[in-house]
Amino acid sequence: MTPGEVPVQNDLVPLVMLLASLTPAVLIFFLREEQVRLRTVLNLGGALAKVGLVIWLVPPVVGGTRLEWRSTLVPGIDLVLRAEPLSLFFAGLSAVLWLVTTVFAIGYFEQAPHRSRFFGFFSLCVTASTGIALSGNWVTFLIFYELLTLATYPLVAHRQTPEALAGARTYLAYTLTGGVVLLLGVAWLTSLVGPVEFTDGGVEEVARLAQEQPVVATLVFGTILTGLAVKAALVPLHGWLPKAMVAPAPVSALLHAVAVVKAGVFGIVRLVHHTYGPEVAQALGVLLPLMLLACVTIVYGSVRALRQDSIKGRLAYSTVSQVAYVTLGVSMVSVLATTGGVVHIVHQGLMKITLFFCAGLFAEVLSLHKVSELPGVGRRMPLTSAAFTVAALGMIGLPPMAGFVSKWQLGLGSIEAGQSWVVVVLVLSSLLNAAYFLPVVYALWLRTPEEGVQWHVEQRRERPAVEAPKALLLPAVVTAVLALAAGLLAAAPYAPLDMARFIAELSYG
Amino acid sequence: MSDLLAALVLVPLGAAVVTALLPARAAGRVGLVVALALGAGSVLLALEVGSSGVLEAALGDWSIPLGIGLRADGLSALMVLLTGVVGAFVSVYASGSAAARGGALFWPVWLVLWAGLNAVYLAADLFNTYVALELVGLGAVGLVALGGPAALAAALRYLFVAVLGSLAYLLGVGLVYAETATLDIATAGQRLEGGVVMVTALSLMTVGMALKTALFPLHAWLPPAHSGAPAAVSPLLSALVVKASFYVVVRLWFGLPGADGAMAVATLVGVLGAVGVVWAAVVALRQTHLKRMVAYSTVAQVGYLFLLLPLAVPGLAAPAGAAEADAARLAWSGVAALVVAHGLAKSAMFMSAGTLARAHGSDRLDDLHGAVTRMPAVAMTFALSGVCLAGLPPTLAFVGKWQLVQAALAAGQWWWVPVLLVGGLLTFAYTAAGLRAMFDEPQRADELVELRPVARRMVVAPLVLAVLAVALGLRSVELLALVEVGSVLGSLP
Repeated sequence: MTPGEVPVQNDLVPLVMLLASLTPAVLIFFLREEQVRLRTVLNLGGALAKVGLVIWLVPPVVGGTRLEWRSTLVPGIDLVLRAEPLSLFFAGLSAVLWLVTTVFAIGYFEQAPHRSRFFGFFSLCVTASTGIALSGNWVTFLIFYELLTLATYPLVAHRQTPEALAGARTYLAYTLTGGVVLLLGVAWLTSLVGPVEFTDGGVEEVARLAQEQPVVATLVFGTILTGLAVKAALVPLHGWLPKAMVAPAPVSALLHAVAVVKAGVFGIVRLVHHTYGPEVAQALGVLLPLMLLACVTIVYGSVRALRQDSIKGRLAYSTVSQVAYVTLGVSMVSVLATTGGVVHIVHQGLMKITLFFCAGLFAEVLSLHKVSELPGVGRRMPLTSAAFTVAALGMIGLPPMAGFVSKWQLGLGSIEAGQSWVVVVLVLSSLLNAAYFLPVVYALWLRTPEEGVQWHVEQRRERPAVEAPKALLLPAVVTAVLALAAGLLAAAPYAPLDMARFIAELSYG
Repeated sequence: MSDLLAALVLVPLGAAVVTALLPARAAGRVGLVVALALGAGSVLLALEVGSSGVLEAALGDWSIPLGIGLRADGLSALMVLLTGVVGAFVSVYASGSAAARGGALFWPVWLVLWAGLNAVYLAADLFNTYVALELVGLGAVGLVALGGPAALAAALRYLFVAVLGSLAYLLGVGLVYAETATLDIATAGQRLEGGVVMVTALSLMTVGMALKTALFPLHAWLPPAHSGAPAAVSPLLSALVVKASFYVVVRLWFGLPGADGAMAVATLVGVLGAVGVVWAAVVALRQTHLKRMVAYSTVAQVGYLFLLLPLAVPGLAAPAGAAEADAARLAWSGVAALVVAHGLAKSAMFMSAGTLARAHGSDRLDDLHGAVTRMPAVAMTFALSGVCLAGLPPTLAFVGKWQLVQAALAAGQWWWVPVLLVGGLLTFAYTAAGLRAMFDEPQRADELVELRPVARRMVVAPLVLAVLAVALGLRSVELLALVEVGSVLGSLP
């Protein structure tokens, strides 16, 4: 497929989408701590504007239009921001989750110090993930990928305690090293075939390289993949993720749902489907190892999650496992499997952010951080517990939740791709997910609080009329409803599944 | 426009005399105004060279063998521009505090230095370059000495190095002149035709300049001199002065190409640069004082610049293939970007370190706890400049590093790639160590040292330069096009 087949329109809209979060980021840094209202207006204004832009762009882009903004970086290499189906898919997820997380963060940091710093870097982080989504070539991708690493560091270190600084340091050491490996891979690829623009179904020059120098093409693939695998938390490069749990709840939510880990797997989609192309990658023999790696990660993450008593720790290992579904999906040559992988980017994002919001609610309202402290909490916080339950059941993959839709597609796809043993991995993963999520759900609803447990209620919040401050509760409920809707209405037009199928079909011509 | 070339050298020289005679307050005002005018003049020169090509002029209208010739091609214009912009911002910074200047002699000595720097970049022949280098050396040593009695030893050592370096250079010039009876680089290159004399002269002059640029292992003088100098002096030394001698190296190697054995010397220089990148970064990591850390960082960063020689020399040799020529071009633009990036980022970093030291009364890392919350803009400046030095995207140094990696791959000299990549990580490691100290927040507020007030411009000036270093990473085509003006690389295949 050549780029000439789709009309590409030069347009400022992709740049405007980036500026929708960059502008608030820059302005917020200059605000004084007490300028709460202005900061909130900037945050929500940017977030709403971006959601609006995505909604506005989806119909024309699905109709075949491509909007593009270019600027020369160095002679021969352009910065390219392009609105096409996959980029909008990811940008849309990022925009929606940014909006809800901003609301959550405003509630979470009420009264807390250093809010201008937090929201400044928070918006910068979202700018980076939007940039990653819109990147039209590898150099642009690399630039935003590294920007994301840097913008996230102050967020992880936000509390400035020794543990926070140590966690942030581990995070930085892993991701920066990964970034350097990615730089090496991209520079190598560029020196071999020139600047690589993402193209549906793979780039011709890369296909030629794979034919003429299969060993070099394999090594380049491996180098780029290694760079991406750090953020994607593929075993054995996942070590930073549990340590980064020291971050405040809204940061963990964003990190696990849309920003950092998703940037990694999104890059893997770009690598397999829009650089090498699935058939070429299959012919090179790089997909089977990738699939095995994904399967190992899925099982390993779940096994580790079983043994975590800390709520956030359990969720972190669950992310390791769940995000690997995306990698699994794109490593099978099948429209169904790719659809399942791509749609899981959104599905996992919605479910995981709900779980982290709930974890944040338990911690903020009742100071509960451990799974063993949760018995009976369903009575005190029914809405939060309900949201948690919806998302947890989705993670397990029970119908009609969003997670079921992803797994169903993946399962069908693995049979279509002639790799039916993957179904065993999927079933095993569901069982393990059930093993670590169901006890939590059971404890929330069906067990009684242990004798003498006095839930510590934070003094600084006046006793709320509902179970928790609205700014914290509302985002959790909204994302839970979205996760439910993504499953129930999966067949509807413009639903995540519909979009993902559209993207997958483009990739297979 | 030829007046502009002369003005860029003569105005700071004249202003130096004026500021030396005026009382301190008036001298400060004159100094600042002249600095801003020079900054504007350097922008004008860059625009002029960018639009109408190489400029030439002869001082006092004496024709060339007799008079002092001035010449500005793209590289000269870029260096003058860097000096002008950094010089103007550092002057603004210096006007914010007497302590940062170190004494009343700051303005005259700095203006002499500025005149010397511009003269190095605009000099049209080898001997004028020598004179200009001496001016730079004297100015720089004088500025270090402003650091007070503690800095005197470092200043003396620096003086010794500067004189030694100039002598080695002069010896090389003597050799060239004896053989060719000309001081014009291009003519000398044609007459020498790549013989033994050429490589000897080239090596001698390179050693002299490498000493002044602090190429590993000739760097021991730099950290005490750069860290002991007053707050407004360190950025000038690290960002600008080391670039002057490096510029001379570039001129020599691109003007006298094709010497026998040049590749061997170039490779040796490259290896020393690479060792310096890693070694100095490791030493920087172990520093307990911020300014010393930043000074070691300069030793590491100049190491990158010297990678230009092994990457470009094969492309400059007579029957160069297309790949070698490509590599030379990529390396050339990459190093130009790195020179500018380092100039902006290192001056921003040294200024922010100076501001922190001034406010906290010390630049010991342990005394800087809580700086992230108490002086966020300064901590941000430090972080941004560190990100740029590490060559992370989206900064100007990333562009430079990308071009160098591409050059190494195009030239088939892949072994420089790990140096470039690991060097970046190490750079970020010590930046992060500094930041970590600033992030550290003690439990009780009374464990923090009391802050002394600092002038607003000492916060804003470095921040602007750091932001510039980052922003240029997104748009550097104009700068990269400027260094192509009049470059010998234009005639390569």
